This record gives sequence, C-alpha cells and structure tokens, in this order.
Amino acid sequence: MKTFDYVRAASPEEAAELFAARPGARYLGGGTNLVDLMKLGVEQPDALVDVSRLPLDEVEELPDGSLRVGATVRNSDLAAHPAVRERYPVLSQALLAGASGQLRNAATTGGNLLQRTRCPYFQDISKPCNKRAPGSGCGAREGVHRDHAVLGHSPHCIATHPSDMAVALAALDARVELYGTEGARSVPVADFVRLPGEHPERDTEIAPGELVTGVLLPAAGAGLPSAYRKARDRASYAFALASVAVVLRVTDGVVDQAGIAFGALAHRPWRARRAEQALLGAAPTQAAFEHAVDLELSAAEPLRDNAYKVPLARSLAVDVLTRLARAAGA
Amino acid sequence: MSGSNDPGSTCSETTLTVNGKPHTLLVDHRRVLLDVLREDLELWGARKGCDHGQCGACTVLVDGRRVNSCLLLAVALDGSEVRTVEGLAGDGEDLHPLQQAFLDRDAFQCGYCTPGQLCSALGMLDEAAAGHPSRVTTDVPAGRPVPLDRDEIRERLSGNLCRCGAYPRIVDAVEDVIP
Amino acid sequence: MDATAPSTPGVPVERRENGESALGAPVERREGRQKVTGTARYAAEQPRPGRAHAWPVPASVARGRVTGIDTAAALALPGVLAVLSHENAPRLSEPDDAMLAVLRDSRVPHRGWFVALVVGETLEAARAGAAAVRVDYAVEDHDVTLTRDHPAAYAPEEANGGYPGTREHGDPEGAFASAPVRVDVGYSVPPLHNHPMEPHATTAEWQDGRLTVHTSTQGATTVRAVLAGLFGVPEDHVTVHAEHVGGGFGSKGTPRPDVVLAAMAARHTGRPVTLALPRRFLPAVVGHRAPTLHRLRLGARPDGRLVSLIHEVTTHTSRVKEFVEQAAVPTRVMYAAPDSRTAHRVTPLDVPTPSWMRAPGEAPGMYALESAMDELAGELGMDPVELRIVNEPDTEPDSGKPFSSRHLVECLREGARRFGWDRRDPRPGSRAEGPLLVGSGVAAAMYPVMAQPSTAAVRALSDGNFLVRINATDIGTGARTVLAQIAADRLAVPVDRVRIEVGSTDLPAASLAGGSSGTASWGWAVHEACARLAERLAGGPVPAEGLEVRADTAGQADADSPYARHAFGAHFAEVAVDTVTGETRVRRLLGVYAAGRILNSRTARSQFVGGMTMGLGMALTEGSTMDAAFGDFTESDLASYHVPAHADVPDIEAHWIDEDDPHLNPMGSKGIGEIGIVGTAAAIGNAVFHATGTRVRELPLTPDRVLGGIGRGAAPRGF
Repeated sequence: MKTFDYVRAASPEEAAELFAARPGARYLGGGTNLVDLMKLGVEQPDALVDVSRLPLDEVEELPDGSLRVGATVRNSDLAAHPAVRERYPVLSQALLAGASGQLRNAATTGGNLLQRTRCPYFQDISKPCNKRAPGSGCGAREGVHRDHAVLGHSPHCIATHPSDMAVALAALDARVELYGTEGARSVPVADFVRLPGEHPERDTEIAPGELVTGVLLPAAGAGLPSAYRKARDRASYAFALASVAVVLRVTDGVVDQAGIAFGALAHRPWRARRAEQALLGAAPTQAAFEHAVDLELSAAEPLRDNAYKVPLARSLAVDVLTRLARAAGA
Repeated sequence: MSGSNDPGSTCSETTLTVNGKPHTLLVDHRRVLLDVLREDLELWGARKGCDHGQCGACTVLVDGRRVNSCLLLAVALDGSEVRTVEGLAGDGEDLHPLQQAFLDRDAFQCGYCTPGQLCSALGMLDEAAAGHPSRVTTDVPAGRPVPLDRDEIRERLSGNLCRCGAYPRIVDAVEDVIP
Repeated sequence: MDATAPSTPGVPVERRENGESALGAPVERREGRQKVTGTARYAAEQPRPGRAHAWPVPASVARGRVTGIDTAAALALPGVLAVLSHENAPRLSEPDDAMLAVLRDSRVPHRGWFVALVVGETLEAARAGAAAVRVDYAVEDHDVTLTRDHPAAYAPEEANGGYPGTREHGDPEGAFASAPVRVDVGYSVPPLHNHPMEPHATTAEWQDGRLTVHTSTQGATTVRAVLAGLFGVPEDHVTVHAEHVGGGFGSKGTPRPDVVLAAMAARHTGRPVTLALPRRFLPAVVGHRAPTLHRLRLGARPDGRLVSLIHEVTTHTSRVKEFVEQAAVPTRVMYAAPDSRTAHRVTPLDVPTPSWMRAPGEAPGMYALESAMDELAGELGMDPVELRIVNEPDTEPDSGKPFSSRHLVECLREGARRFGWDRRDPRPGSRAEGPLLVGSGVAAAMYPVMAQPSTAAVRALSDGNFLVRINATDIGTGARTVLAQIAADRLAVPVDRVRIEVGSTDLPAASLAGGSSGTASWGWAVHEACARLAERLAGGPVPAEGLEVRADTAGQADADSPYARHAFGAHFAEVAVDTVTGETRVRRLLGVYAAGRILNSRTARSQFVGGMTMGLGMALTEGSTMDAAFGDFTESDLASYHVPAHADVPDIEAHWIDEDDPHLNPMGSKGIGEIGIVGTAAAIGNAVFHATGTRVRELPLTPDRVLGGIGRGAAPRGF
C-alpha cells in the first residue's frame, strides 16, 4: 500500500470539492472492501476523502410512503431498522445473509453497493484482469470460475457482483441517489450496476467524483410479501453461489406485481424482467413459476465449470416464489 | 473538513481512547487500528489472523460495536472509544464473566482466536439485546430483544473462525453468561 | 487379546477417576488465563528496540528463473531498510529440507516461492517495499495438473512416515475378479490447507553471534538444529522460543521459510526482525495436504468377508522434494483380507510442496476406504457397522503383528448405541422432512501410536514444590497441563505442586508436537525423570538447594515393538440435505474412541471435537483448486477457502472406551490429536448418500455437487 493523503468531509458538497481537488482520490466509507483492496494493491489511491461521518446516517420515512436510507447507514443498523424489517423484509434478510456481524457493523449502504467483485483474478495483481487492468485479459474465463457469471458476461469479464443487499434493492425497484459537482441525480439500482461489456473496469454508472448519498426504497414495494434466499458453500460468512430476492403481490388469484432479482449470477444484480412479465396476470402456481424462471434462465450461458448455477438459481427462485405465494394466501 | 491540512501529507495526529485511556498518536494513514493496538500500544490481544476481515481474530469494540480492527484505518477513527480484550476485566484479579466462562468450558485450544471470540460475543450480546435480528431470527417483533438460542449464537458468531474447533464449547460459554 | 481387554469397556474414564489420581482428571489449562485475557504472547508479538518488519515477495510465475531484481524503487521508499534476494542474501549452508532453500539461487520451482524479502521500519513500509520490487523472469513451461495417468507418475519407494510405497499379499487382482460381490470405485480428495489461526511468524535477533528467535512452530528443538546448521553456528548459540503457538496442524511441524528468512534479515540488517507471513502466502510455502485420487476395489463373499482389498492412490509432489501422502497405508491396518494390494503413485509437478496436515495419509485414505466399505455394505445389503465387525482381523493384516490393543468393535457398538443406530431405516433416501432429506452414516477411524525420544528435567524445590522442565510445545493441546498431571501422578503429589516450563530450547530437548506423539513422548521423559527423582528422594527431605534429576528416553521411546499399536475409533453422523439448494448441514456428529488411557478428560475432549470439526470441513466445505494456467491455489484466503464457521458446527459428542494397554508408554496413552479427523469425512459422506441415495465421490460435498445428484440415482463410479 503506498502512502496517501487523508481528509474527512463534513458534507456531501465538501466531499465532492475535496475529491475534485485531489487527483487519484477515493471516497472512504466503512472501508471493509476498500482497505482490503488497498492492502492487496488492487486499489492505490493517492488520497482518501473520508465520507463515513457525513450526516447521511438516517433512515427517513417520506410522506409518500417511501423510505430513504442514508449512504452511511451501517448494514447492521439498516437490517435491524423497524421500518425495513416490517415493510421490506427482503432487504433485511439480504443484509443479514451477507458477511459477518463485525463487517455489517462497519459496512455502509453506499459502500455495499460499490463493493467490488471477489473474483480471485481481480484480487491478485500478478494476474491478468480486464476489470483491474483493462486490456490485460481475463484469467477466469479459462481458469477457475466456479463462482463466476452465467448471465450477461462478456468476452472481457465474467465477474459477479458480490453484494446480497443490492439484489434485494434491485427486486424492490430501489433507486441510488448520487451527488457530484454536476449536481444530484438518481438511478435505479438495477441499472446502476453495469454489465461488463467492453468496459468491465466500470462497475457502475457512477461518474468520477460522484458520491452515493442514499438509497430510495419506493412505496410500491412496501409491505408486500418478500424474501431473500441464498445458497453457499458454508452455512454463514460466505459469498453466494446463487441467491434470489423476490417481491410478490397476488390479487384476486393472479400475480399483479413481481420483482425478482438474482445474485451471484451476473456482473450486476440480475433483474429477472422476463420472468416478471411472464408472471403478471398468471395464477401463482408452481408450474407458472417454473415456466417464468426457465424463461429468464434460458438466456444463461454457463462456462465450463459453473453450469450448476442455472438449476440452483431455478430451484431457489421457484422455492421462494412458491413460499411467498403460499404466504399471500394464494 | 478535518485530517491533514497539507495535501500530500501521509500522517495525521489521531486520538483514540483505548480501554478508557486516551492516546494521541501521529499515525501513518496506512495504519489500521489493529496495528496501532499491537505495534504502537503493545496491546497484543487483538490478533492478526488474516488481515483482511476474513477470520475475526482482530475483533474489538469501537464505540461499543464489534468490528474487524484490521480493516479500519486508524486515522478515520479519531475520537473513538476502543475496547479490547485487555479491557474486559476490571482492574482487579477478577475476570469478566465471559472470560471465566471460556475457562470453565475449555472454550479454546491454541488461544489465538480467543480474544476476538470474546469481544465478538460481547458485542453480539448487546446487539441481540438492542433488537438486532440475525439470519436465523424468526418471529421476534422489530425493536424487541432477541432471545439467543444456540443457533442464534452460532450464526451471530460466525464471523470468528476457530481452526481448533472449539465452537461447541464457545457456544456453551456464551450461554453461561446470558442473563 | 485377553491381556489387553479393557478393564471396563464402555465406561467413560472420567466416571471412574475423580481426584484419586491427577491422571485423567479434567484439569483446567494452565495457560488459560493468559489466553482469555489476551496476555499470551505469540511469535510476532515480541517488541524489541529497533525492531523491523519483513514482507516477502512471492514469485509470479509457475516455473523459471529470476533474471533480474530491481530494488531501486523499493529502496527509495521511506522506511525501507533492505531488500534481500539470492543476489545479496547471507549465504547459508544447504538445508536438508529443500523447502528452506530460500534466496539461495535464481530458481523458481513454483508460483509463490519467495524470491525476495523486504525489510522496513514498519509493517506498512515493508509491505509497500515488497509491492515496489520488480522481478524479471525467464519463464519455462509448467505443468501443475494431476491426472490418474500422468506419464511422469512413478511408484515411490516410500511414502511419508517411512512406509513402503507398495505392499501386496497373495493375488489381489485374481481374488477380486472372482469375488462374488465387488465394489470398484474412485474417490478424490482436493488439496487442503492447514490454515492455523496464527499465520507462520518469527521474530529473530542476533547479538554477539548468537541468534534468538521466537517462532510459531510445533517443535523448537528441530528449529534450533536447522538454524544452527544453516547459519553455521553451534547449536548453543541459537535459542528458539515457542511459548504460545496458534495452532499448526502439521504445517509447523518442521521449520518453514519464515524462520530462515527472519534470521537472514536480522543478520543482514543488524536489527531484530519480525516476519509474519501474510495469510494469502501460506498455501504456497508452508505445505498443504496433497490431492489424492483413490481407486478402491473390494471383493467380498456374500457374508461380507473380504477376499480382496486393493487401494491405489495417485498424488502429486513438487519439484522441490518428494512428499507422498501415505493415503493407502491405513488400509494395511484395518480389515482382514487374504489378498490385498496397497500402492501409491506420485507425479512431480510444478506445484507448491505438499506436507503434513492433520492425519496425513489416514485422513484421505480412511475417507476413501470407509466410503468404499459403505458402498460394499450397500451391495451386500448388510448393515455397515456389522460389515466392519465381520472383517475384524486377528492380527494386523499387513505385518501379521498382534495388536497391542484394538477396540474398534467396542467403539462401533458403543457409538451405535449412543447414536441410536438401530432406529435407522437403511434404505437410502427414506427420510424426508419437508424439503430436507435426512440421513446418517458411520465410519471407522484409526491412527498409529508414535513416540520419539525426549529429555526432561525435574527438580524438587525446597518449598515442597516440583519444577518440570522440557522443551515441549503447547500448540493448543494443553501440553503444560497434561505433563504436570503426569508428573504429579508419578510423584504422588497434588498437581498444583508441580510447576512446569515448556516452549524453549533453554529447556531439555524434546520432540515435536506432531504425529499425535507429543504427550506420549514428552510424558514418557517426564515420567522417567519423576520416577528417578522419587527414587532419589525416597521419602526423605529435599536438600536446601533442591534436587534435580534428568531423563532421556532414547532407546526406550524409539524401541521397536513386537506389537502393532494404533488408536481406533468410530464416527457417526447425521446430516440434512436441502433439496432446494443442495446445501448439506451436519445435525449430529458423534465419535467413540479407544485411545489408551485418556490423561485429561477436559482437554482430550476438546482435541477429539476439534479433529471432528476439521473432518466436517474436509467433508463439506474445504477444498482448494490448482489453477492450471497460473500454477497456484485459487482459494488462497480465508474468504474463499472455507474453514467451517460456527454455524456449520453442531453440538459434537466425543466419548471414549477405557482402554488399558501395557505396551505403549508408562502412562498407557495413545495419541488423540488426529484421530478425530480420520473417519469424520467418510461418516458424513456416507450420511449424505443415505440421505439422498446419490453417491458423490469427490470432496468437498458442496451444493453444486450434491444438488446435481439429488434424484439422479447412482453417480459415475468416480474414475
């Protein structure tokens, strides 16, 4: 780790200014991923702008019924927040399925979204990786890729997004709120995290110097049956092999709202829009769920050693959909 | 804004209160809390098992919350209160009840993960009392304390690896101190 | 067998012994208070004025030579003191163990081999310096891929432990071909990593030509001898301390590169130097359990009696040295079969050097054998406990020697009783609980009895206490405690009157904590010294200056025995397999052991449970992948190499048979540190088969493998 300058910002405005004045700067949140990557030499910032103490640590209930989560709210606090547990159980469950108690106490909402892939080739600076060193190649494609993407990958990158939280946010139609010197904007989580395409070095749509200030959970998903399920190699403290977040509403015997997102299958939380479309207006039967999920996963392009992810994801999704439909009294 | 006023500086004066005692140090920005505790303050109880937040041996309490001290840049903690295994017992001979329970239950072998397990367990007990759920929590209303059965303890302590395999004894010890 | 029958089979020792003797009592760990208060100091936790820190530079190619090392950028960094490489490192003698030939020449035998070492004022400076060193290589083609039919494979003379590489009795192929019931299956165990919680670390300091090191090792006596040889100084100029050691599991059994590099760096810089190996570097330089590919052929009569037993193992070693995981060796001990063959083949590859990991040979070998026995029981329609019992041998099958004691049958029966085995429906896939499939399995365990010569000193103090001094190493087993118990027992005094010093070469030389031999070896020497002291004192007063007696068990502890000596055990597991995800969780795990006299019921139980926990990891979560293109282990950190976490581990029961074996050592003990891992993976694997009806023959049993098999019936035979 090379030496770096350190400054702490008191407001988003000041953070953006401090960042702009320091070439090679990075924002520091909880640090659980950034410091890890700095130790590995993957990240080599010249300066850190500490945003962990910005006054963005509130979960705020807005008049329209939506919920705004500040970027520095810690993962454990967000998972425990009564409004989240009661209205967005899928989000609380996803957060609690990730990492460990210690890491959730430190990790922030913004940092969780911006965390980088755990692809072993990305993490090892002695190996080629188009995400870390564009143009150097992809070690994983012909290498060890049991944990890698089956959907939406490109010849340049087969990495997956490691977050559990982001999968729930994608299913909930959450939006990321951003602030930069150009002003504020918001982007749907499902679009905020990118597919690798030609530019795997860009994980997200964030612009240089832009800061995540919060996440907006829309009222439309509030209070609906929702759940997160994750499969992994170890019972706890392990990244997903595959996961699914589902928000489901059944009215008068038919599905009239569905949000489905997969984790660990792609470079971003994979919003299963084809499956959702297929379900709208359908009776919530196991057959309908299987049909819809198969439709979505027919796009999968597994690699040599990760074809298991497709039936695993199918099984997870059908299970969660079926349980939610049952809970909804369908 | 705080931190270094001089762009390009690599060290900052940082104050940490560790086990009740304030320390003001000029810390290299690269230095994590774990290395401040060990190398600067010679508090060796927080152990370095992986240095990447993957084992929990470095767990300490910062402002009352359990965290991996290997991933926290010390400079970013200016003004924080840190509690380590060395600060669990009082000034006298008496051990903290959880330390005593670890002894009574033989809840360790090599001892390297033990301080992290202890700090993690104490932080975890407070979290449960404050109503924080875990992955295995069911049917506990938001905001109410979560009762800790063995599955809850196991899940909540899963961020602390023990290669000697003392897990069942650690769960016994934690159960011993649950009020 | 009458002379060696247990005095009270099935009765746990602790019930019989209640303070009458120090031996067997559940005495609390002597260093426990230091460990729970954080005051126990490990090897890196040794501050010295002027202490510097070192950080290694691993090779980034799988095979080749270093053609240039550019240290300018590193040396220009603030706080960087030195960069050592083969170009400037102190010249050392050639080590016997080629893993220690660090910074000697430009050869890169595998990726991750250390090619330079940076010394800095601080950890941060050393790490930054290491990142700034530029190394050029002449790269050569490499081969790191183990296959069953690799052209470079050969049959080694010996496997680890000095066992013959191949043993054959009768006509095993012919007997197998004509056997009425046959099982012919393959199993594969991946590379595994020890990963003790304390990474390998050393603090070294030279003063006036004398070297002092604090190092994380399982045996300081050997570390001293190796360092003295390498640096060309008399052994009495080298002091090695290993007061507290954060686990080893074989990976610290002999010196590893950290101690050599730290001593080199300290000599080169004239400063005390600490080198704590970064976790990610461990898989390449401290040894690993080599992958093993097994083929088992079991031929049996319809009554279950084996007529042929063939166990063939294929494994790898490095170009650095030959290490052959002796995975076919346990099969020579277990079951009566008139015709048998046990053989190893090894392929040297451009891989990191394998070494000892808890129960080398036995752990993977018994996984394969005990899985195959389960398959044979299925073929026969026979209860797997009974199958093992009908194949119980009268003498050790390979050697023909009588067993000093063998209570495997008692372990199996006691375990079955405690586990409730008779309530089991033997039909695979017969028990569903909602989305879960539940099953149970059994496997036998075995670990050989070993002991090495050691020396000990015991001093009677004028205050009525006794001081035991021996360079034993407490890697978490509770060595201090059990040795004090042995002394107290022999001296017939309360255990709190015995003080003990271990963990330093300032003390009488002793063998390593390895091969489950520590307590037997050290305890033997302590016992002898105490016996002589008791004789000298003969009930009389202790002289004012005290009285010290020494003992050396050379010639005793290493004497050949006419007996085959092993500990035995039986493991029972219940698992639940989630049919949605393929995730397998162990619900119950129970072990019953016949391991001689248990000397401390409290610490012994912790060791048994610890071994079973590591076996659980071997079965379900642990595995490492050799990257064919890059030549390293992909799962190099603790996020990707899945040591079991709290949530994976249920309540585990460990019990033992009270076994009285007069052919072992004065305490009547067998080793207990490794047998816990030995049968556990097979018991869990057999339980997964029982739950699902599908046999997965490749470890670990991760969701991808298990889910793929659910409902599919028999898997391919595994080879």
